[in-house]
Amino acid sequence: MNTELDELYQSVILDHSKRPRNFGEIADGAVQVHGDNPSCGDEIDLSVKFAADGAVEDVKFKGLGCAISQASASLMTMKLKGKSETEAREMLRAFHDLVTSEVADPPRMLGDLRLLAGVRKFPQRVKCAMLGWRAFEQALEQKAGGTVSTEEA
Amino acid sequence: MSKTIDWTAIRADFPILDQEVRGKPLIYFDNAASSQKPRAVIDAVSRYYERDNANVHRGLHELSSRATDAYEGARTKVAAYLGAASAEEIVFTRGTTEGINLVAQTWGAKFVREGDVILLTEMEHHSNLVPWQMLAERTGARLRFVPVTEDGTLALERLGEWLTPEVKIFAFTHISNSLGTINPVADLCRAARAVGAVTLIDAAQSAGHLPVDVREIGCDFLVFSGHKMCAPTGIGALYGRAELLDAMPPWHGGGEMIVSVSYERSTYKKAPYKFEAGTPNIGGAVGLGAAVDYLEAIGRAAIFEHDLALTQHALAGLSALPGVHVQGPRDRRGGLVGFTMDAAHPHDLTTYADQHGLALRGGHHCNQPLMKKLRLPGTTRASFYFYNTTAEVDRMLAILADAVRFFA
Repeated sequence: MNTELDELYQSVILDHSKRPRNFGEIADGAVQVHGDNPSCGDEIDLSVKFAADGAVEDVKFKGLGCAISQASASLMTMKLKGKSETEAREMLRAFHDLVTSEVADPPRMLGDLRLLAGVRKFPQRVKCAMLGWRAFEQALEQKAGGTVSTEEA
Repeated sequence: MSKTIDWTAIRADFPILDQEVRGKPLIYFDNAASSQKPRAVIDAVSRYYERDNANVHRGLHELSSRATDAYEGARTKVAAYLGAASAEEIVFTRGTTEGINLVAQTWGAKFVREGDVILLTEMEHHSNLVPWQMLAERTGARLRFVPVTEDGTLALERLGEWLTPEVKIFAFTHISNSLGTINPVADLCRAARAVGAVTLIDAAQSAGHLPVDVREIGCDFLVFSGHKMCAPTGIGALYGRAELLDAMPPWHGGGEMIVSVSYERSTYKKAPYKFEAGTPNIGGAVGLGAAVDYLEAIGRAAIFEHDLALTQHALAGLSALPGVHVQGPRDRRGGLVGFTMDAAHPHDLTTYADQHGLALRGGHHCNQPLMKKLRLPGTTRASFYFYNTTAEVDRMLAILADAVRFFA
């Protein structure tokens, strides 16, 4: 009935928002990040366990918020698990491009995350789609800060 | 009803309503955030800039005296609109937020001391919370809150527990912007007076929606925003009882608010001018005066009755939708309805509605602590005004019924 709505809220996205995957917390040895969108109240708690070589060994999240923010975080955790740091950073960049600009041929590595391309028609919702990814970006920074830098943040 | 009002003709006074959004006729139900403007207000502002514009109070030329007359004329209109004893009790502000900050920073700075209590309620908009937090931080005063009960009203039967003689000021909203609750403001003011507390009413949601008479209510201060009642943005007013305004120090320093200035010191004008430093928003005040005339011609009692009928219709329809939960009290409420839908977060629902030309508001409505207390991620709000129609409410209900299925 409304193409843009149907594109935004595809069944996979609604399914992930209602039954988020990797929902929870990694207790030991994980980087913990809290992210939120203060203007809309969406929240996420992300735990990322990095391997010694920086690869994403495991990732879980807990969150509250709209379907877009929750589905995006859920799909993100599925895709990030097992990726090297380089791959993960590449994915972060590719996903941001996907939801903010017209990408003719989104990279295959994004998998089902490509279903979130509809967000680009709704500029006010980009921050919802990016919430989990911003938290992941922060986790990468925290990891770098913890291992490389000895200075206090 | 004493007179028959042609609401269809009144709706035609609002040019903006006659448009399509995303290919659908616009339904504007975000009036609690900002109302639309009638032709009469738009024209009054245009006419002012086309014919009369100049600075006020100083110029000795024709245009300046016209601008001054227009500006002071608007003050007189606002005074009459609120039932104030005189125009000197009306201070023009940018809106509700600025009015509250003015009181907190001038009256508050002079009269609030360490150990005093500032009493608020749990249903205040951030604008009637943050300025008081700042005052409490500066002075060492304590904040106290009248709780909101399960049904969305204030716990009035226990008011005495919070409204004690330590309370210096009791600041509360007339109509809750998220729950729709209408507070019994006259009773609250009487109770505050009995313990010697000064009162401030946030009339942002009421000034354009129902009769408001400051002397009947018995408040000390009352603040509102023009843009929620058909006037332009950036103009509003603070009503203050003359005795209180006189006792308050000035706020911003500058031109317009002084009697004489030397390099070392200055003397200040009396209220309201000592609170209006700098060139004021003259065009905005003219628009506010025109809005007051416009609303008075319809009648606020009739406006309230109209909005209430839409609200009742919406409440009945929403309650019949599966998985939809209406917030706030059933009666004694203003023209807005906040609700949640099990299937959809407020932001998803407002995006959905927007795609159907329906402007709703989704989120915490600047009521973050209240939403937290009610354990809500926010609500979706439909807020009505006199140019809205029953047909529009029906259209909204149909769109929401579709949304229940869409997000299921």
